[in-house]
Amino acid sequence: MNPVGVMGAVFNLNHPAHTVDWEFIHLSVANVVVIVLMLVVFALALILPFPGAANRKRGLS
Amino acid sequence: MSAAPPKPQRPSSWTVRVREAGVAALPPEKLLPDGQPTYVASWIYVFGVASIASLVVIITSGSILALKGPAWWHYTGVGHFFNSIHMWSVELFFFVMVVHLWGKYWMAAWRGGRTKVWITGAVTFLVAVPTALTGYVSQQNFDAQWISTQAKDGLNSVGVGAFFNVTNFGQMYSYHVLLLPLAVVGLVTAHVLLVRTHGVVPPFELDKRAVALPAAAAKADGSTAAPAGGAQS
Repeated sequence: MNPVGVMGAVFNLNHPAHTVDWEFIHLSVANVVVIVLMLVVFALALILPFPGAANRKRGLS
Repeated sequence: MSAAPPKPQRPSSWTVRVREAGVAALPPEKLLPDGQPTYVASWIYVFGVASIASLVVIITSGSILALKGPAWWHYTGVGHFFNSIHMWSVELFFFVMVVHLWGKYWMAAWRGGRTKVWITGAVTFLVAVPTALTGYVSQQNFDAQWISTQAKDGLNSVGVGAFFNVTNFGQMYSYHVLLLPLAVVGLVTAHVLLVRTHGVVPPFELDKRAVALPAAAAKADGSTAAPAGGAQS
């Protein structure tokens, strides 16, 4: 089976999109996953120390 | 007593005026600085740079797609590859741009006379949305037909459908490959130049201290002083 066929077997996209419905909010699961990933990456950007930032603040750059 | 030496005559051409105004607004050491303040060592700025990097990939892959045409991007392996590169670089562009935008929103990046910096960034996001939409409706497949008819109904429902027609491939393709990319690239260029002109916004604590210290000094000696910038790394 070619790589595209393998991908197709793992990720079956031959169906209507799965959606999340809450009141008037109607989102595809794929979009919800992207939004959650963005929030996670944003939180990590705030939490994780930037390489070399501590040395720069101490004037050791 | 001798007369004052005559002032040297300066050419009054528009090129000289533009050059002098440009150098005054953005001297070379500000345009390409040696260093940045220590608070720029933050992941939030990495997302700004990543936005520009993904925009470069978008423009490059889009130019190749425009050169080769729909038959190439639909029916050849290399065409599929560049089509995918173009689509995924757009996904990445929006992802990193929104994270950068969130970060700058919570940092109130419009402080200290940086209103235009914030506005050019926010408007870039707003203009990028129709740029992406016109790309989706220019694919020349059933997906494009579905998206354009859905978009037509949505745009008509808010009363803007009279100004452009999302089911008109020629019009949407022109918007997508020329007008809107020009606007996005122009806005991003203006944004970066404005960041260079005004400098990166300092953290809240540093900003407060920069305002408080000269004010206290002015109170002590009766003079006025401008707020200081951040420490250079």
